[in-house]
Amino acid sequence: MIAELGLAALWLAAALAALQTVAGFLSVRAGQGAEIAALIRPASMMQGLLVAFSFAMLLWLFAITDLSVKLVAANSHVDKPLIYKLSGTWGNHEGSMLLWVTVMAAAGALIAAVEHRLPERTMYATLGAQGLVALGFYGFLLLSSNPFERLPVPALQGMGLNPLLQDIGLALHPPTLYFGYVGLSVAFSFAVGALLTRSVTPDFARAMRPWVLGAWVFLTLGITAGSYWAYYELGWGGWWFWDPVENASLMPWLAATALLHSASVLASRDALRTWTIMLGVVAFSMSMIGTFLVRSGILTSVHAFAVDPERGTFILVLLTLYIGGALLLFALRANTISEGKRFSVTSREGALVFNNVMLSAILAIVLLGTLYPLLTEAFNVRVSVGPPYFNPVGAIFFMPMLLVMGVGPLLRWREDRPDRIRSELALFAALIIAAIVLLSLLVEIALLPLLGLAMGLGLAVASFMPLRSRQLGRIPAATWGMVLAHFGITVALIGMASESAFSEEELVALSAGESATVGPWTVTLEAVEPVAGPNWTAIQGRLSARYGDSEPVVLAPQARSFWAPPQQTTESALSTRWNGQLYAVIGDPAGEGRFQLRLWWKPFVTLIWYGGVVIALGGVLALIGHVLNDLRRRHRERRLDEQRSEEEALGILSGEERL
Amino acid sequence: MSWRLWIPLMVFAGFIGLAAYQLTQPKDDIVESRMVGQELPYFELPPAVERGESISSADFADGTPRLLNIWASWCLPCIAEAPHLERLQREGAEIVGIAIRDRPEDVAQFLAQHGNPYTAIGRDDLSQVQLEIGSSGVPETFVIDGEGMIRYQHIGDIRPEDVPILLEELRKAGA
Amino acid sequence: MTRLLAAMLLTAFALPLAAQDTMPPAPYAYRQLDDPAAEAEAQDLMETLRCLKCQSQSIADSDAPMAGDMRHQVRIRIASGESPNEVRQWLTERYGDYVSYEPQISATTWPLFAIPILLVLVVGAILYRRFGKLP
Repeated sequence: MIAELGLAALWLAAALAALQTVAGFLSVRAGQGAEIAALIRPASMMQGLLVAFSFAMLLWLFAITDLSVKLVAANSHVDKPLIYKLSGTWGNHEGSMLLWVTVMAAAGALIAAVEHRLPERTMYATLGAQGLVALGFYGFLLLSSNPFERLPVPALQGMGLNPLLQDIGLALHPPTLYFGYVGLSVAFSFAVGALLTRSVTPDFARAMRPWVLGAWVFLTLGITAGSYWAYYELGWGGWWFWDPVENASLMPWLAATALLHSASVLASRDALRTWTIMLGVVAFSMSMIGTFLVRSGILTSVHAFAVDPERGTFILVLLTLYIGGALLLFALRANTISEGKRFSVTSREGALVFNNVMLSAILAIVLLGTLYPLLTEAFNVRVSVGPPYFNPVGAIFFMPMLLVMGVGPLLRWREDRPDRIRSELALFAALIIAAIVLLSLLVEIALLPLLGLAMGLGLAVASFMPLRSRQLGRIPAATWGMVLAHFGITVALIGMASESAFSEEELVALSAGESATVGPWTVTLEAVEPVAGPNWTAIQGRLSARYGDSEPVVLAPQARSFWAPPQQTTESALSTRWNGQLYAVIGDPAGEGRFQLRLWWKPFVTLIWYGGVVIALGGVLALIGHVLNDLRRRHRERRLDEQRSEEEALGILSGEERL
Repeated sequence: MSWRLWIPLMVFAGFIGLAAYQLTQPKDDIVESRMVGQELPYFELPPAVERGESISSADFADGTPRLLNIWASWCLPCIAEAPHLERLQREGAEIVGIAIRDRPEDVAQFLAQHGNPYTAIGRDDLSQVQLEIGSSGVPETFVIDGEGMIRYQHIGDIRPEDVPILLEELRKAGA
Repeated sequence: MTRLLAAMLLTAFALPLAAQDTMPPAPYAYRQLDDPAAEAEAQDLMETLRCLKCQSQSIADSDAPMAGDMRHQVRIRIASGESPNEVRQWLTERYGDYVSYEPQISATTWPLFAIPILLVLVVGAILYRRFGKLP
């Protein structure tokens, strides 16, 4: 019964999405005052409620492990802890698509409820576009991935008990990325709405900005968490592999970052109109292309996932319709939209344009490197594109962008003289040059990490320069957000460069009682003992690790063998200090009672993920700042309106008196 | 100005075309050896079973074309292909094996259980010869002609329909 | 989502026990060279070579036995005085460009390098156009 309720709600929501779409586009044609327009907002809000209900039903089915439902039987197990039963709801294709439309419909409902700034016609077009995008995903769910399908005969226990997925990080990681993807779908709808009604205004940018910021925060957190997970779980100390699956999550982030900056130019200065629209389309298309690449299985990385060409085809069709349609609209309409206000090279806008162009170039390179093997495969040639390509080629664009990131926020809007910020420029340049000279004299270091460290040190100071000679209490939250996000980039950059330049590796075979040194650490293998978990056995090394002369810490890395399904995993053990991490992995027996140990000392590696968190925090601050600003502005406008109507009333009275 | 606005759509159309094409293609993870058409690299391997014969690359240059089968007793598809190897042997193919990362007792047990179509089996504990000839997994089968040239590579286990193909390749190599 | 899928990949990387050999790893699979400079060279090289068994991992990041055997080959070849490029060449002669994560300019990979150069030019042109004629 629960499953049927959920399915019925989903069908109803789909019908409402269709209504919303038709009503939206008819109202755009009819112009202001069309009667059908009254349906749009209620349809959108109701749709949000219905999908939320449908998703709640699926959660409920997973919570009670209703094994007569195919999806539950295939992805859950009676013995799972409740939290992982719940996370199992979105840990599969169908459930994750339902989560996707749930978030999307909730976002649509929210815009319908609160967004009244834009011209009504633009809102009709936006909500119509939102309905159309949602409709495609409803079709996908209902026609080819029904999450509520029943089994003819209920299963006994359920299949899924994948131990690797029972990890709290992994339970929360996918929804985080989804929220990001879906937030970008809202930006897409806004862009299409603005394009359809030719009203690309600062108000449009202000309406879109919170959604882009929110999406960007979620993407940042999702990528950061994913990277840390890969780092501790894969057991080789790597934190980014330029794997296609990782690139699929990086590309929307790059596009969203560019969009964020160009939207703020549009919001503040009414410039970069077409460029912002373009990025709105591109950002969502990157989310969809990423989803397509991961689910369709056409890239080598994902061949092992239970992929289905039918799903791939469905996503590809949706991708063609939405993105192709939007790009076609762009090509037809964009030249009727004027460029907006002009500005000089040395201005805030100038710096932001530079940043945008560089981000787009990096995006193009990641996309090219990810798709290139696919392209050559069409000609039966197999190539690999990996870190030795992405790192230097990306850096060509990344490094100049960082330089401008340090200087740009100091410039004034529209036009500025460089000599006004001469002393700041000099300090920034001096820091970078000093760092380059010192580092290359003191340590042996490769070019990229050297540049990374020097830029990082210079930027760490430069990112706070916009706060100089201002009263800290009166700086708006959005500015704090920008400063913090830029500082976060710096922190992460220093972490990356330091990890790459100063990591030390030690592979040893030790028997109990023997020691090895890695960097400043002395690691002693105390004992190796067997341990057993609920569905695995493991050998566990007991290591005592001593940093310099300090008290030893105990580490217990494990090599686990699961028996159903039979597979081996390594559980690394970490010891974190303020200045880095010791990373220990135990491997196979090496004969004569010795065991393989892999040890790494990675100075300041944790800065990579702290940086990610700081960036996200900056995004949250900026989001709060902008929303508060909008509320204040709205309040002020209402006050003005009230005042005006009072004055008018008074004026009428006084006029009568005069008569 | 306006033609530039069409560029994004064009690029996107290219991507869609490529993606649609790749969706229709079967996904294979085969890495073909570049050594086909080249001389067998020099190697010498000890026997993989006790009292077996050692093998070396020089053995292949005696005028007789042979199959070189890369396999291992721990490899499940190798069990599946064992009967077809035997059929190849009955049809007159001479088969030399290389056992990858294997123990003599395991090899002996495998041969006792699944038959022994090999004239000799070399023991490659470090996958050295496997890497030398560009093989990326087990099982794989190479056709080596009488001059010691690699003529053909079959990747994966031998299915019934592959037997005539391999015999034909052997014939082309001069058998 | 992506990491979730990566986890599922992981189950695929972790080969079933039944189909894995029980031989000890090659001598230099998990052992560093004594000369730190040579080891650093080997390590840098291994990070750019693709493990053929386990899709999408370098041989420096994999526990697959064949990756271990490849690390052994890399280390002993570097130790015997071969340059990293010679070792890479030795492998690409056998497995093609697929085995190397560092694309070398060739008939099949030139667009990977041409397109970034083109991008630099386009970026330069865009910036020049936007800024060149302004006050």
